[in-house]
Parts: sequence; structure tokens; C-alpha cells
Amino acid sequence: MNECKCGNSKENLELKEILKKYEKDKSNLIQILNQVQEKYGYISTEAQKEISEYLGISMAEVYGVITFYSRFTLKPKGKYNIAVCLGTACFVKGSEKVLDKVKEILKIDVGQTTENGLFSIEATRCVGACGLAPVFTVNDEVYGKATPEMVESIIKRIREEENSVAEK
Amino acid sequence: MKSLEEIDEIRKKVRADLDLRVNENANTQEKHILVCGGTGCTSSKSPVIIENLKRLIKENNITNVKVIQTGCFGLCAKGPIVIVRPEDVFYALVKPEDAEDIINIHIKENKIVERLLCKDIDESVVKKLDELNFYKKQERIALNNCGKIDPENIDEYIAFDGYKALEKCLFELNPDEVIKIVSDSGLRGRGGAGFPTGKKWSFTKMAEGDQKYVVCNADEGDPGAFMDRSILEGTPHSVIEAMMIAGFAVGANKGYIYVRAEYPIAVRRFQIAIDQAKEYGILGKNIWNTGFDFDLEIRLGAGAFVCGEETALLESIEGRRGQPRLKPPFPANSGLWGKPTLINNVETYANIPGIILNGAEWYSNIGTETSKGTKVFALGGNVNNIGLVEVPMGTTLREIVFDIGGGIPNGRKFKAAQTGGPSGGCIPEEHLDTPIDYESLGAIGSMMGSGGLIVMDDSKCMVNLAKFYLEFTVDESCGKCTPCRIGTKRMLEILQKICDGNGEEEDLEKLEKLALNIKKASLCGLGQTAPNPVLSTLKYFREEYLAHIRNKTCPAGECKALAKYHINPDLCKGCGLCKRNCPVGAISGEVKQPHVIDEKKCIKCGACAEKCPFKAISK
Repeated sequence: MNECKCGNSKENLELKEILKKYEKDKSNLIQILNQVQEKYGYISTEAQKEISEYLGISMAEVYGVITFYSRFTLKPKGKYNIAVCLGTACFVKGSEKVLDKVKEILKIDVGQTTENGLFSIEATRCVGACGLAPVFTVNDEVYGKATPEMVESIIKRIREEENSVAEK
Repeated sequence: MKSLEEIDEIRKKVRADLDLRVNENANTQEKHILVCGGTGCTSSKSPVIIENLKRLIKENNITNVKVIQTGCFGLCAKGPIVIVRPEDVFYALVKPEDAEDIINIHIKENKIVERLLCKDIDESVVKKLDELNFYKKQERIALNNCGKIDPENIDEYIAFDGYKALEKCLFELNPDEVIKIVSDSGLRGRGGAGFPTGKKWSFTKMAEGDQKYVVCNADEGDPGAFMDRSILEGTPHSVIEAMMIAGFAVGANKGYIYVRAEYPIAVRRFQIAIDQAKEYGILGKNIWNTGFDFDLEIRLGAGAFVCGEETALLESIEGRRGQPRLKPPFPANSGLWGKPTLINNVETYANIPGIILNGAEWYSNIGTETSKGTKVFALGGNVNNIGLVEVPMGTTLREIVFDIGGGIPNGRKFKAAQTGGPSGGCIPEEHLDTPIDYESLGAIGSMMGSGGLIVMDDSKCMVNLAKFYLEFTVDESCGKCTPCRIGTKRMLEILQKICDGNGEEEDLEKLEKLALNIKKASLCGLGQTAPNPVLSTLKYFREEYLAHIRNKTCPAGECKALAKYHINPDLCKGCGLCKRNCPVGAISGEVKQPHVIDEKKCIKCGACAEKCPFKAISK
């Protein structure tokens, strides 16, 4: 969401739609942030301002809550967010090696996004698919019994798909 | 809205229709194909299996077969799981394309699809789920409905005595009698600390307040634990019913369930369950004309482990940073918005309907002297049968790991079991015969915790594991109190130093001293238990720490900085593959001559060992 002067951009109207669903009660802050995060993939300064005005709390308070919870981010994630599970079951089964491989291939660290905005890496705690450990997810798709080779070939496939789309 | 009589009608009718779910000899021409819709099986494409089955049934004009998505069956390692009832045939590791054979062979020809049957650890082929060793020592109370009913259909819950316990409370018992049953049952909090549930209920009832709340803690943060998620996914109405019973007992008319946003299926199913209960007039105002009101709302967490701590959870429901409050006052006196609040975890609630219906004695007959009933464990790590296990308290760890879990895979040896997650400890082989209850686990330096049980084989380094947990705690410490915020960070630095090969012997004393101080001085349970993984590994695996410090070696070979790669000249054929794959040119040697690694150049990446076709490179 870019800075908007008129307050009527598409994003802003969508945000107002989300806000309308909730009473002006500050206990709804986390519910609203969850919705905004899900919709836009991050919570922009503009959105924070809008939310703080709606609930009648300071922006500092909104910012404080955002930075406390790991689901909320201040920057957009990549088009493909690769989340490697570092829960105990996955860790014991070698998920660190998978994470190392992702970092090595994408040349970015956990919490960062590649320059072209295509990939970001996240280290998550337990997605609950411990029976398939080690596990990583690409957006909502879960990949179980993961190996460094597997994640390598998936990144390769996504890159190829994206390239062929770009060529068209 | 449905009257009590109408609900009873549904119960009778649907129960008769569902007889084939529990009775192998049910007198029916119908068949139900049950497909697991838990998170694990869903990740392995069980929704596509369901889609395919339904399409094939339609294409073949089959009218007597229904496909039902259920909650978790428990044996996640063999998922996706499909069961055909009433004959109770159990298919494992089913793929979407296997739907063809299930319909063509099983349904149309009435023959078992042999290739999809499950093999037990001893290689014997098993036809029924409960023939597996995995199930023989289990007793399902909290998980009773999981894998039996469609969690998105309230009628199926009602059919198996659902909401009957609530009816009993509202019409036959007064609040004190309800609390007495819960107290007498001996049920203790399943979230980890094991506080007697009846006591908590009675404190909240006695507290003065015009408004009281009932809260369900479903912020299952222990990484590697998924009991609560499976209950919410498999039998959400059990939790709703129990929260209502609790509301009736303590005098609350509003409930909140705080669920991790990382559990989308559980959240969705719970919302469906709330909506259905409202539609039936089970949730709402003046329920069944008794004058009892109850409303229930979901609040989503947003990824903070500390919010599993009850006062932090309350802060989060109120829309703030999840930082724990000072206790006392306890939530029973001053909880949500300062009002008396009862907080129990999902599994604790899931036991309640059964206790009310079957009586306190029925429940207290199961388990040990101090710990009654059953406990659900999420069994994971280096063990054959990964999955969800519900056993009577007092079952030994050995029974869980070896009889139920089927032992350690790949011919490796058991090294330790970890219970209680980042708050618990590592239990070595010598304590495997400890019966599981709150006190015994505490006595050997671990804790019951919420039910994560991770098994580790001998390739795992205990120092590295302690470091892993500390990294978690440092990440998740909320920062409110100094011992936890800074103390755990210092402990992590010392562990890092040891894993890097720079440790000194006095570091172990420093670690122990710090650990004890953090335990004593931290504000909440997170800090008070954070040092447990370090203390328990120091107690049982001190030699391993000393090997890192004195000999600069990691006996398990996990700590990268201490690894020394070595080419065995007798096995090396001089193919040169390692040399070509070494990213830093640390390997030299002539073709067909044994190669050598220059330790000074080696960055211990392990690429050579991975590539060597002759397994000549060891660390």
C-alpha cells in the first residue's frame, strides 16, 4: 500500500471493509491485524495509522503489538514464501539442513525477501504436520519428508515457471 | 432452534444410522469410507482422495456408500489413512489414485485391496486399525470421537452421546455437584502444570464478580506437539460442551477460545461447530428453557509461544502484547478485564463430558495414585510410529516408545526422550521404565508438559539439542523480566561457545548457576522452566558436554565446528568425486590413489561425505 492522500484508494477501501466488521473496541486489535496481514501479506504504516484511528489507540501501541507477534510483518513477503519448520520433531529429523540449503540457494537470510520479490524465507515453529517431518511450506502447500534436494528442485521449478511466464 | 426432545430424536435416529461406525456386524447394506482430514493427512492430499472417491461413486451410480472426512486416527506416520466400515478395513499410505482400487475392488467386488493394507513393525499385514501394536495399549477418552465422527456435523456428535453431559448438568445437577464430580475424578490440568481442575473451578465459582469468563487455552506452542489441534479438528463439540459445563459450574455466561492462527483447519472447524450449536439453540440465551445463557467466541493468536502462559493469554485476548501478569491475583479472581476467569486447556476440557456422563469413579479408576485418567502424547522424532497416542497415566515411557511407537528406525539406538518441550527435559535410557505421571516425570528432571514426546536416536547431540531449545526460548522470551530476557541469552552464548569447541570446564558451573537463578527469579512459567533442557542434559549427558570441552569432539557428530572429516585410505578408490565437489579445494590426491583432506582448509560442509560412493569419508 503506497502513501495515499485522498484516503480512497482501493486498498484503503478494502481496509475500511475489514475494520467495519469489528466494533471499535481495542480488544479487537489482534483480530484486525490478523485479517490485514492475511490480505496484504504485511501491515503497512498507512494501515497502522488507519487502525489506530479506528480503535482510538496510539500508533505506538499498534506498532508494539505488531512487533510482538511473529505472524505480523512490517514488510511484504515474497511471492513465494518458503517456511521451513524448526519445531522439535522437524529439527530432530534434520530440517536445519533444508533451511541451510534454502538460504544458500536464495542467498538471503531468514526473514528476508529476494530483491526481485519472488522468494522470502521464514523459519516457523511447528505447522503440526510432525508425522511428515521434516516439513517446509511454500505459501500454503506443505511438503513433507523434505530433503535439501527436494527444496532445491522446487525452487528451480518455480524459477522456471516464473521465467516462462515472463517470456510470454 | 431445537427442543430437547428434538435433539433426543436426532440422537436416536442418527445413532442407529451410524451403528456401522462402531459395530462390525451392523445390520446394514450401507458402507462408510472414512478418510482422515487432520492436518497431517490433509498435507498428504487426503482432500483429493475424498474428491476422487466421491466422483467415482457418482460415476458408478453407487448409492449405498458415503465418504466421510473425520478427525485424526492417530497413526500419522501411515497417513493418509482410509477406513471402510462396517467391515473395519484399514488402508494406509493411500494416494489419490488409489481411490480407483478402493471403489473398483473393495466396493464393487467386495474384496480387500491387499496392497493398501498396513504393515506393522514386525512386517505382519494388518487388516484392522486396532490390530496394530500401536493401538493395543491405548485408551481413548479425550480422543474418543477423533476418527469416528464427521467433526463438521453436529448430528454425528449428538449421536454418540454429545451434549448429554450438558443436559445432565442443567437438569439434574447444581453447580457444586458438577464441581464435586470434576474434583473427585482427580482430573488435573493437561496444559503442563497439572493443577487440579476441580480446585480451579471451585476457586472461580467462589470468586466475587458480576461477570465471569470461561477461557480455553488452545495456544499449543510446544513445537512438536499437536494433541490439542487434533482434538479441535476431530471433535470440536466436545470442547464446546465442556466449556458450557464449566460456565454453568462457575457462573460464567461468556467463553473465549484462544487458538493459534497457525491451525487454520482447527479454527475453521471450531467456527462451524459454534455456528451449528447456535443454530440448534445449544449455544445462546435461555438454553433449553433453563435460564442458562452461554456465548462463545474464537480469538486468534498470532505466533507468540509465551501466550500459552495463562496471564499472557489473557493480555492477548484483550488485544495487547502477550506479556504475563504478576500472580497473585490469579485469573480465578482477576482474569479477563479484571473479572474472575477460568482457564483450562483443550485436552482438559475434552475429558469433561465423559467424566460427567460416566462419573468420577470411572475416571479415577484409570491412572496412578496422583495422576488420574489418560494423557495424550504427540509422539515424534526418531521413532517408527509417529502419531497421536492416548494412554492411561502410569504407562511407562518404554511402553510408549517401543510397544506403541515401534522402536527406533534405521537400526539405530535409543538415546533420549524429551517431554515437555522447551520447558521439559531429556530422559535417558536408564529412566525408560518410569511410569508417566506428573510427579515421576518431575522427579527425573523433566515434566509432563502439554504432551510433546520427541524420541532421539544416538545420532543426536544433546548439547546441540539443549542449544536448540535455548534458541527457542531466547526467541520467544517476551522481554518483561530480566532473568529470562538476559539470562537465557547468556546461557545460549555459553552453549554456542561449547558447540564451537571453545568451551571451558568452568562454563558448566556457570551454566548451572545461571539456570538455577533463572528458574528462581523469572516471572512466569516460560522463564521458570526454560533452563530445564540444559539442566537435564547436564545431569544425564555430562560426558557429552565434557567431550566437547576437553577433547573438542562431538561424539554424535552433529556439531559442525567440531567435525573432523577423514578419508579412510582402505576404502577410498581415488575416483575424485569428493575433490570435484569440495567447495574450498581442501581435498587432494591422484586418480586411483587414496585422497586426503586438508583440515586447515576444510569448512566441514560435509559435501564430500555425501557424494562419496564408497562411504570412505567419515567424521
